[in-house]
Amino acid sequence: MLQWRLKAFAHWLKLEEPKWPNVTYPPINYQDIIYYAAPKKKEQLNSLDEVDPELLLTFDKLGISLNEQKRLTGVAVDVVMDSVSIATSFKEQLSEIGVIFCSISEAIQKHPELVKKYLGSVVPMTDNYFSALNSAVFTDGSFCYIPKGVRCPMELSTYFRINAENSGQFERTLIIAEEESYVSYLEGCTAPMRDENQLHAAVVELVAMRKAEIKYSTVQNWYPGDKEGKGGIYNFVTKRGICAGDHAKISWTQVETGSAVTWKYPSVILKGDYSIGEFYSVAFTNNYQQADTGTKMIHLGKNTRSRIVAKGISAGKSQNSYRGLVRAGKGALNARNFSQCDSLLLGDQCGAHTFPYIEVKNKTAIIEHEATTSKIGEDQLFYCKQRGIDAETAVAMIVNGFAKEVMNQLPMEFAIEAQKLLAISMEGSVG
Amino acid sequence: MLSIKNIHANIDGKQILKGINLEIKAGEVHAIMGPNGSGKSTLSSVLAGREEYEVTEGEVKFLGKDLLSLPAEDRAREGLFLAFQYPVEIPGVSTTNFIKAAVNEKRKYLGQDPLDAVSFLKMMKEKMAMVEINQSLLSRSINEGFSGGEKKRNEVFQMAMLEPKLAILDETDSGLDIDALRIVANGINKLRSSDRAILLITHYQRLLDYIQPDFVHVLYKGKIVKSGTKELALELEERGYDFITEAADMANL
Repeated sequence: MLQWRLKAFAHWLKLEEPKWPNVTYPPINYQDIIYYAAPKKKEQLNSLDEVDPELLLTFDKLGISLNEQKRLTGVAVDVVMDSVSIATSFKEQLSEIGVIFCSISEAIQKHPELVKKYLGSVVPMTDNYFSALNSAVFTDGSFCYIPKGVRCPMELSTYFRINAENSGQFERTLIIAEEESYVSYLEGCTAPMRDENQLHAAVVELVAMRKAEIKYSTVQNWYPGDKEGKGGIYNFVTKRGICAGDHAKISWTQVETGSAVTWKYPSVILKGDYSIGEFYSVAFTNNYQQADTGTKMIHLGKNTRSRIVAKGISAGKSQNSYRGLVRAGKGALNARNFSQCDSLLLGDQCGAHTFPYIEVKNKTAIIEHEATTSKIGEDQLFYCKQRGIDAETAVAMIVNGFAKEVMNQLPMEFAIEAQKLLAISMEGSVG
Repeated sequence: MLSIKNIHANIDGKQILKGINLEIKAGEVHAIMGPNGSGKSTLSSVLAGREEYEVTEGEVKFLGKDLLSLPAEDRAREGLFLAFQYPVEIPGVSTTNFIKAAVNEKRKYLGQDPLDAVSFLKMMKEKMAMVEINQSLLSRSINEGFSGGEKKRNEVFQMAMLEPKLAILDETDSGLDIDALRIVANGINKLRSSDRAILLITHYQRLLDYIQPDFVHVLYKGKIVKSGTKELALELEERGYDFITEAADMANL
């Protein structure tokens, strides 16, 4: 493991920070970052009752009481707080059916053969600047293994939260779904207010074998900085999945409302024949937030299909970009892609951009791309007002309607949370 | 209920309304007719509170309150309803949810508790039967892909749900075929009541075959130039607007 990390570090030193995304931020001093920050509490926590009450409060604000959720909805939660997993629940119940769900540090200890085989197999350490940095210094994250034929009976969920000041969080997630298995994984992120910018450079790898299905949902609401654009999280994440076997399916759903700068492209490599990749995204930016997000669908196998639905909403002085690549390789006969990118502008000082890249290397592939840009119309607002609905409520309603197609992909309790988040993020964006 | 006194209004610096006076009492149905460009739709927009229109003179009292000082949403909550000539599409927002939000915003304003799901559904069922609208339309995004007739029927349905004190129907008959017109008019007739006033804005007399107004006013060049009973509408149908507009132009010379 150490060798692997050192190799990644050596490689990282040779790389230059990418400059191509449509975002600007001051240079990051990588020496200033604390790479490992354990919670300030001394002893190991044994139960959820011992979890920092502030963390529980954050959950409560979002309407997610961890205890309640545990009891009522049967969501297994693995809380990563400042790089170390504090509480992992339902582990026993899962282990009965052979599902492994633990922190990646535990997996390295207990399941070295799986980690060795798959870690870095989808996102090589040399992939990009931030993945190399992550490979060198990642501290913790989640590990998930679903054995052959098992349908994971509950939604697996991890809450990441960046807490200590100036701590970069470099978590690493690895999910492996064996043949004919199914898992739905939820990732939610919250961060309290911090003045200085924090760096978050995670790597997520998904491996889906023949007829396996992985559904990965993210709700990201990290601190976006204040109204003047001061502070906030830099969210530079590499997420990629591979449909390694035939008929495999990987589906990414993301609702991005936080972070000062987001740079993220959850992607799918469609290697197996008849495999399916999906990407559903809502990115909301307000004030001085910048988001450059999208996906890559790499069609390699025959009869592979992918679907992209990206909804960008910009308000304030924010910049919101969709950047996506659809590639059909020589052998990807009858590959099929449908992409839809819609942008909604609130106000006249924000920006929406679309950068679609399409590379097709065989004649049987069919690629479709649709894009729209719209503003919330005065007519729509007046119609709502005439029915007694004030402007703020009307805008929230219109935005949620705009994002509905993506929201519908989220598991129920997550969808409600995401709707609330959108409403919170939009506060004060109507003027 | 509604008292309009000497209203003058501009849009983009152009004067459209040049001194309108109108009194409407509870239970009455008034029709405002007039040739294109006479200011009919401007009048409805001004009453509903569209911000692009600037009222330069005059006042409007609605149920004793100064209507023009209220924002558009409060006018609606006070019981003023406008059925739009061109209802607006809002993708992704279901008609049912939209109406529910509207009903509950009004209740909140009036200090009432929001309707629970059961009571709301019950109310919907009743009103749906009244205006002959079916469920499938209501689960679709509001007005999106609706036919002209469906849009207008949906407006009348919303009127039924919101139970306004004053309903302004802006060219609700335009773009309807004869069957759709009959259904929409039937719906409106069922909503006539002694404590509700209705202001019909229309270009043609044919709507008035179905909905009998108590008073008819002719609007021309931003002023009401003639008022009468429903016989006036019939006369207009027969003789056109010219006999009135020419007289008005003569008087202004």
